[in-house]
Amino acid sequence: MSPNLLALLPELLLALTGVLIMLAEPLIAPGRTRKPLGWLAILGTLASGIAVLYQLHLVNASGPITAFYSTIQIDAFSIFFHLLIASIVLVTLLASLDYFQNPITHAGEYFALVLFGATGMMFMTSSVELLMVFIGLEISSISTYILAGFRKGRATASESALKYFLLGSFATAFFLYGIALCFGATGSTSIAAIAAGLAITKTPLLGWLAVAMVLIGLGFKVSAAPFHVWTPDVYQGAPAPVVGLMSTAPKAAAFAVLLRFLFNATPIYRSHWILLIAILAVASMTIGNLGALLQRDVKRLLAYSSIAHAGYMLVAFTAAQHEAVSTICFYTAAYAAMNVGAFLVLTQLSGFDEKLRTIDDFTGLALKRPGLSALLGFFLLSLIGIPFTGGFFGKFYVFSAAVHSGYTWLAIVGLANSGIACFYYLRLLTALYSRPLTDTIADTPSTGRITFPVALALTATAAATLCLGILPNRILHLTQRATPTSTIAQSVSAPTATIAQR
Amino acid sequence: MVPIAYYLILAAILFSIGIAAFLIKRNVITIFMSIELMLNAVNLTFVAFSHMWHQVSGQIFVFFVMVVAAAEASVGLAIIIALFRVRQTLDVDQINLLKH
Repeated sequence: MSPNLLALLPELLLALTGVLIMLAEPLIAPGRTRKPLGWLAILGTLASGIAVLYQLHLVNASGPITAFYSTIQIDAFSIFFHLLIASIVLVTLLASLDYFQNPITHAGEYFALVLFGATGMMFMTSSVELLMVFIGLEISSISTYILAGFRKGRATASESALKYFLLGSFATAFFLYGIALCFGATGSTSIAAIAAGLAITKTPLLGWLAVAMVLIGLGFKVSAAPFHVWTPDVYQGAPAPVVGLMSTAPKAAAFAVLLRFLFNATPIYRSHWILLIAILAVASMTIGNLGALLQRDVKRLLAYSSIAHAGYMLVAFTAAQHEAVSTICFYTAAYAAMNVGAFLVLTQLSGFDEKLRTIDDFTGLALKRPGLSALLGFFLLSLIGIPFTGGFFGKFYVFSAAVHSGYTWLAIVGLANSGIACFYYLRLLTALYSRPLTDTIADTPSTGRITFPVALALTATAAATLCLGILPNRILHLTQRATPTSTIAQSVSAPTATIAQR
Repeated sequence: MVPIAYYLILAAILFSIGIAAFLIKRNVITIFMSIELMLNAVNLTFVAFSHMWHQVSGQIFVFFVMVVAAAEASVGLAIIIALFRVRQTLDVDQINLLKH
């Protein structure tokens, strides 16, 4: 198999499955269930995951694979994020099979869009050329814009999609301007060539501006404050399983890009961008946690919590590359497990119509749905960072990374914020286990039989959260292995912008 | 011959006008157009730098950006239509259902 084809095999499989689903959709009569398409999507994701494992095998044997004139690089770093994104998508698809209770005619598009989005996210993590990153970012963003408004005909859904679309494209323009300025300063958009070019550039001002612009653009994507304004509104209006997906997978991909860009393309400006990162981290943690205290809507509360978690992850950027990469890999995995889990439980509890919205609606729910409430409680404890959960070790590694690099004050701000965070998570948790306020709970049917795929998805997320909390060393070892390969490979690979140089 | 800096300054001004319009304007379509203006400012920057570095790659990037902008526009306009069908308004100040 040609190296080009091999490098993009996971993405190709996902995209082909997506196209196949779009083609098969009209063949199913209107009113019939779209579940087979969902199973097709799951098969495609599994195939893509196996392709990633095959790539891992090759990378272990003979080092990173580069393809398409060195614009794509498959190394341990990109393989980690590929696997993470594939797992998130797999779990989301499993839980979405029965999400559409009435056979909605456009349900097939949902599965296709999830796959297309995942294609873009994977593409982002394996590109070492900023324009390719941009295309991956757009593939993933455009799919998620549509997914956010998927409950068609509802004012809140359309509003959520519109806000996501407008602010997302606004951010994209900044990211693109950053790329243009990088190109101006160095004459290339390849990450290795930018690093080489910035060392000898005659216009360092363009370089600084480029870093700032890219940080703004990606800051929007990871919902770091002060670029977080869209997050609560979008999460509130979007369908719960989609929120689980888009609060974790695109964020992981954006962090992967940020890691590659900051540490491999602009290490020269480290002293400059570390200040910006510290400001973003403090703002995100504080605004996220204080904002969450004021929320009554559970999805908005989790949206603010995701802003705060983005802040914690940004703290890790103050560390040296090796430690930063392994810490952020671990944190994105832990956050993905617990946050996807929490949103899947919300999906099961409130259903397609999302009748249960505020904390009051959830009060006393443990009486009706004890199993799901316990599971939600477990994920909330992990989000707080209680020991024996993935959240604890994620926070532990982030803050110790900050201390190692001399940013003790940042770790202290983070710890104080984790303290504030306890309040709102525990408020929701105690609400679940206290006496019902009204008789709305009595009215909510305790139907919602948990089907096998949903049970599988919930078990997987809970098991992952637990495993990351009990056996963190094993996973941390894997993530640490991810780092050096990516570093060495990138510093060695020659700057190649040969496509159109002459 | 016009110096490169002029093109860059023009692009920066266009980009800033785009940002200002995005923040000030209240009609969804106008806001959407201001984003397009920002993307075109970036295109101008790319072409100017491409000329400066004597590389064709900058001009090729512009084609990529155009394609992506077109894809974005089709999805964006579809979302705007979906919203207009439900709300009968395009004023962002009235699109405020999502609050706590």
